[in-house]
Amino acid sequence: MKKYTYTEKKDTRSGFGAGMAELGKGNPNVVALCADLVASLKLDAFIKDNPDRFIQCGIAEANMIGVAAGMAVTGFIPYATTFANFGSGRVYDQIRQSVAYSGTNVKICVSHAGLTLGEDGATHQILEDIAMMRAMPGMTVINTCDYNQTKAATIAIANYNGPVYLRFGRPVVPVFTHPNQTFEIGKAWMVNEGTDVTIIATGHLVWEAIQAGELLAAAGIDAEIINIHPIKPLDETAILQSVAKTGCVVTAEEHQLNGGLGDAVCQLLSCNLPSPVEMIGVNNSFGESGTPAQLMEKYGLNAAAIVQAVQQAMKRKALIENLV
Amino acid sequence: MKFNDINDMTTQVRRDIVRMVHGAQSGHPGGSLGCTEIVAALYFNTMNIKEERNSDGLLNFSRAGIGEDVFFLSNGHISPLFYSILSRRGYFPVSELATFRKINSRLQGHPATHEHLPGVRVASGSLGQGLSVACGVAKSKKLKGDNSFVYVLMGDGEQQEGQIWEAVQFAAHYELDNLIAIVDWNKQQIDGPTEKVMSNKDLTLKYQAFGWAAMLLEKGNDLQEVIRTFDEAKKLAGSGRPIVILAKTEMGYGIDYMMGTHKWHGAAPNDEQLQKALAQLPETLGDY
Repeated sequence: MKKYTYTEKKDTRSGFGAGMAELGKGNPNVVALCADLVASLKLDAFIKDNPDRFIQCGIAEANMIGVAAGMAVTGFIPYATTFANFGSGRVYDQIRQSVAYSGTNVKICVSHAGLTLGEDGATHQILEDIAMMRAMPGMTVINTCDYNQTKAATIAIANYNGPVYLRFGRPVVPVFTHPNQTFEIGKAWMVNEGTDVTIIATGHLVWEAIQAGELLAAAGIDAEIINIHPIKPLDETAILQSVAKTGCVVTAEEHQLNGGLGDAVCQLLSCNLPSPVEMIGVNNSFGESGTPAQLMEKYGLNAAAIVQAVQQAMKRKALIENLV
Repeated sequence: MKFNDINDMTTQVRRDIVRMVHGAQSGHPGGSLGCTEIVAALYFNTMNIKEERNSDGLLNFSRAGIGEDVFFLSNGHISPLFYSILSRRGYFPVSELATFRKINSRLQGHPATHEHLPGVRVASGSLGQGLSVACGVAKSKKLKGDNSFVYVLMGDGEQQEGQIWEAVQFAAHYELDNLIAIVDWNKQQIDGPTEKVMSNKDLTLKYQAFGWAAMLLEKGNDLQEVIRTFDEAKKLAGSGRPIVILAKTEMGYGIDYMMGTHKWHGAAPNDEQLQKALAQLPETLGDY
């Protein structure tokens, strides 16, 4: 198992803020919009350097999406920002008509996704947004795992012409990816090569997958770990090559099982390479108040749950091998 | 274009509208007919549009619309009017109107950019979104130091959408006095008179309360009055307030049996009704 360490913990949304600050200096076409959540989205540096290129929209997200679409028509690259809950379900129709169907170059960048928003509870803990955005034609969907990856994605999407949904979160988590990584839409990141099982993780679950990988290695199981950050388009080649080698899969995400990364992987595998898949995610339920760690534990979204799922997936693989 | 020529244009556009809706046996003639003077005045008189043409004689369409006035149709269901005006203005061949709402056409039921129809900058149809998009363009023009205008047409039933009022407050907050919105105040919507379905109350007071300059256009089907009102509205640029023209129109205007009722909001005439309509509208510029 390849060793991953970290010296500090940071929130992924701060990676977004750092990426925006860099874009503010380097790309005069980038504008930022926000619906009364500037501090939460870490936009302070961008606003300080580019006060004219920041458009405060107030608590009116539907209008913000429309304004962003209009600005994109004129050649700006608008980054429309809010919490994931208010940047997906609340404005689905605005994104659908004015952004995706109209093909406007709007980047919808959303923080506080998933359970790890914590104490605010289920009203704010969106766990369906990946499903909604995956279903939308023409939408690119990205879920990042740490500060550095979020910063890299934020900068990279400015150079891609088309609608993007970029999802990140609130809590501080280990910073373990390379500070100078290249981020490519549609390309997965091979975290660890292995032979026994493929763990496919996204967002905050990537670090948990690495922890699980170490526990499994100690038990003699050689796990391949793939980080899918661009969930759509999906890096099908990386997944199919890996599963052809390992023969079983565990997916892990801070999202509903319905419609998320796990569903995308199952769709790919059932059509091309039917294999046992175990899915880590929230099973048809809302979240609740609590600390991020308590919630991830209660809803089974951590390294221990991934280890269990790996054991189950490998058991199923063995059954199939014995049948053959 | 001279006044009499624009007047002839409105008659021809009305012929186009009823023929298109008849040809597709679906679509929305009522609002299209009611707004004909407004959109014709914009495209043939009021708006400053770049005139460069390609080798086919068609206008070179720039989606960004930098340095020219731009128009957004928020109530996208009156697409027959929009398409007729765009083609008659030179954005695409008039013959293409015959494809309206048919398979593989660029003239979708509601305006779309997906099929790259020149003249359309953003899709509309799901109501309430066009004013927000227009705000984004108006804000962009301010940032770019572009002094041209942004026009957006909405329905009065559409004023029931909450997003409209989010955009109304945005435009006032950012002092978008390069934005001229028009409300088609025909007092009809699909389910009946707007007063019965969901009353707009006093739209003038509402817009004024939000910080807009509101102008009442009593005769929205009188071409001269429409042109004069747009001239007045443009003078308000620099006032720091966005401008709304509340235009009283008649749904179905120009065809006697379609006027004064909501029943032709979204219904197509049959063969006999088509002939009855065309008999009231002389062919001024040639049918498509």
